[in-house]
Amino acid sequence: MLQVSLYRYNPETDDSPFMQDFSVDTRGRDLMVLDVLELIKAEHDGSVTYRRSCREGVCGSDGLNMNGKNGLACITPLSETVKGEKLVIRPLPGLPVIRDLVVDMSLFYAQYEKVQPYLQNPTPAPAIERLQTPEERARLDGLYECILCACCSTSCPSFWWNPDRFVGPAGLLQAYRFLADSRDTATEDRLAKLDDPFSVFRCHGIQNCVNVCPKGLNPTKAIGHIRTMLLNRAT
Amino acid sequence: MVTSVTSFSRTGLSDWLIQRVTSLVLLAYFVLIAFQLTGSVDYTSWRALFDQTWMKVFTLMAALSLVAHAWIGLWSVFTDYLTERMLGPVGNVIRLVCQLGASLSLVGYMIWIIVIVWS
Amino acid sequence: MRAALQLAQSGYKTAVISKVFPTRSHTVSAQGGITCAIASADPQDDWRWHMYDTVKGSDYIGDQDAIEYMCSVGPEAIFELEHMGLPFSRTEEGRIYQRPFGGQSKSYGEGGQAARTCAAADRTGHALLHTLYQNNVKNETVFFNEWFAVDLVKNQDGAVVGVIAICIETGETVYVRSKATVFATGGAGRIYASTTNAHINTGDGMGMALRAGVPAQDMEMWQFHPTGIYGAGTLVTEGCRGEGGYLINKDGERFMERYAPNAKDLAGRDVVARSMVLEILEGRGCGPNGDHVKLKLDHLGEEVLESRLPGICELSRTFAHVDPVKEPIPVVPTCHYMMGGIPTNVHGQALTVDDSGNDVIIPGLYACGEVACVSVHGANRLGGNSLLDLVVFGRASGLYIEKALREGIELRDASQTDIEEAGSRLNALNQRETGEQVAPLRHELQEIMQNHFGVFRTGEFMREGIAKLAELRGRVENVALADRSSAFNTSRIECLELQNLFETAEATAIVAEARDESRGAHAREDFTERDDENWLCHSLYHSDGKQVSKRGVNFTPHTVETFQPKARSY
Repeated sequence: MLQVSLYRYNPETDDSPFMQDFSVDTRGRDLMVLDVLELIKAEHDGSVTYRRSCREGVCGSDGLNMNGKNGLACITPLSETVKGEKLVIRPLPGLPVIRDLVVDMSLFYAQYEKVQPYLQNPTPAPAIERLQTPEERARLDGLYECILCACCSTSCPSFWWNPDRFVGPAGLLQAYRFLADSRDTATEDRLAKLDDPFSVFRCHGIQNCVNVCPKGLNPTKAIGHIRTMLLNRAT
Repeated sequence: MVTSVTSFSRTGLSDWLIQRVTSLVLLAYFVLIAFQLTGSVDYTSWRALFDQTWMKVFTLMAALSLVAHAWIGLWSVFTDYLTERMLGPVGNVIRLVCQLGASLSLVGYMIWIIVIVWS
Repeated sequence: MRAALQLAQSGYKTAVISKVFPTRSHTVSAQGGITCAIASADPQDDWRWHMYDTVKGSDYIGDQDAIEYMCSVGPEAIFELEHMGLPFSRTEEGRIYQRPFGGQSKSYGEGGQAARTCAAADRTGHALLHTLYQNNVKNETVFFNEWFAVDLVKNQDGAVVGVIAICIETGETVYVRSKATVFATGGAGRIYASTTNAHINTGDGMGMALRAGVPAQDMEMWQFHPTGIYGAGTLVTEGCRGEGGYLINKDGERFMERYAPNAKDLAGRDVVARSMVLEILEGRGCGPNGDHVKLKLDHLGEEVLESRLPGICELSRTFAHVDPVKEPIPVVPTCHYMMGGIPTNVHGQALTVDDSGNDVIIPGLYACGEVACVSVHGANRLGGNSLLDLVVFGRASGLYIEKALREGIELRDASQTDIEEAGSRLNALNQRETGEQVAPLRHELQEIMQNHFGVFRTGEFMREGIAKLAELRGRVENVALADRSSAFNTSRIECLELQNLFETAEATAIVAEARDESRGAHAREDFTERDDENWLCHSLYHSDGKQVSKRGVNFTPHTVETFQPKARSY
């Protein structure tokens, strides 16, 4: 029997959040954490609330804090996160909780939108694709794969303190994804918008983001690249 | 673009650069001081060291670096923790008070150092 | 989203209602790529060859005018995506990288295997979905994220004039009025117990359409993807086989050489899936229960796998506990795609038929993507054609609606009664005090579909399944709501989804039993041959009275000659 402690909060009935314990029979299988939540919802308490969609780690719905570490419930096996017999599941830290494990991600999305996460190139497009060498394309590897699960940003203390002003690791990774794209021509404008004391420079290289990213991406490195670009721009 | 009137400089990049450059100056200065202290030090030799113009200039540079470095660092800490988000509306007031206190003491220290070194 | 983008760019007031944040939709899981004759891998490539492959792949019940449109407009749509920023993989010449996929040929099947699937590593769907969302952000499309569309609102003339939608976060229910309602609600793979589909693929569009009296076309045609990871159901792209991987049985034999001597592992998906099931049934399956086969990739080398198929390596390690660099991945045919759906024309307009069998447009309703049946996939979809389908016809719907709005759309407002009628299902659910729980009912439904309507089907067994479904209907309609909260109530959404799943499943069951032949993905053990005399046509399911009728297939493309039905071999 696996002991699961779940963060519960329903704004309609609860004054404050509390932890609720469930004993879940995993029948010895090394389930994913999402499977455990599905079991609880189906067999114990239908009111347990969380987001999920693809269940294979590409949609980014089920970012949660499991035994103290952010990750995707659908690709986190119990063997990886449970030491001993206890699994503690909380919502992603630092964002307002809507209900149970569901957080309000508006601040996170707002930071994403702030970096203008779309290709900008006003020159008339050719009749076919814009050409790009495999080397130029390779610069986007490790950047475009982000699934916006928010595991990184919600593990970042700088984002906890300034979610409205610090873009956060996820947003900055996207910012660099377009700065690094040989087809994008808005580099100057993008950099100018990032050169304030908060957007980029609140990153203190703590690297929690790198530690938790379920896709193995490295936002800190991308932020370093942005800093270098800002430096080159100024000199 | 996020701007804040209480920021030391205009941009995040210059703040960041200043932090790094000033830390280098401070490091060099303290290495020098430490090196001096490892030998036998008495009042006369210490006084003689500080009578030299290059040492006075270096000390002044280090003091200026310290002030700049401390201000940027403290400003970051204040804008992380002493905010409306963390403390409610009163957070802004507390932050401004702390910033005022910090800036006054830093200016005070600066004047004091100038007085000591150049008098 | 492609339709929304088109409309947002046109300046018309456009809102997207999505039950999840847009980048969490199932398109994100598409891996291998988007098939289109952009003549990168082969400068001589011709969209007509792609059209030929698609018609053949459909087992000749794909509409040839629609396939012609998709294949010929495709390149333009792909280049637009590239201009929007989609990070396609590249060739040495700097063009979009194309890989071979199943069912692809040159020179109308005469010139050997083609490489026509444009790819962004093995994350093409992710790259595509994010690019589309990003461009919607750029064009300031209005999004109602985590709002769930419950039912269609029809006016007294039978025209669709919007939907009833519920805000998941607050429980607020509203009537969203619109001059054009576009369904891009995706598939319903969750009717099966074993599926590559996301939890959210619950056939919401099908459910809403069937309840509103819109017919469903070719619902018996469900694609079973040859390579779902054994046990987990997660998808392993056909691109693996495109890059040179192949399937082996327990003896290590590359068995597809026996079933499809020419195309081998890159035959149509229906062919490969059936061959796999036959291997397993004949006792050559792998594992202690002999219930799966294996996909061998290790001979490709670590470098190729990590650069071309990095996501697959990740998925395989996570879900199969197998490192494809070293050993083969256990796989089994798994429900993957709904070829059927709401019948539409090439503008995305939903269709029904009148008493004499003529197509009639349903005013106000459009559909594109998996929920639509244009039909470009017929009885079997080729790999990489689903992304092309949704991009091309999303775009086409947007273009058509833009034109129609400019010319002026006059639809009568819905009356209070019309709106109340559309909201009645939700109200009933909210008020019901007794009933069964959603999870066991859903499980029961999935087991019925899995057991009675799988890869191979027989009439008697299907009739048994239909009887079970009939018994289940009342219980699903009376599902109980365990949680009455209005704050982010996912239980309520799951109940509504279950009812949508059921409508889709029942349509599938009834039509599958009616089509007494084998064609494409629909394989009957009691009718093993294709029957062009009686069934070279679409099936049409009418929820009203649960009737099945036939609708003609289009054989008159505009610029090329008709591809006549031939025996289909790979």
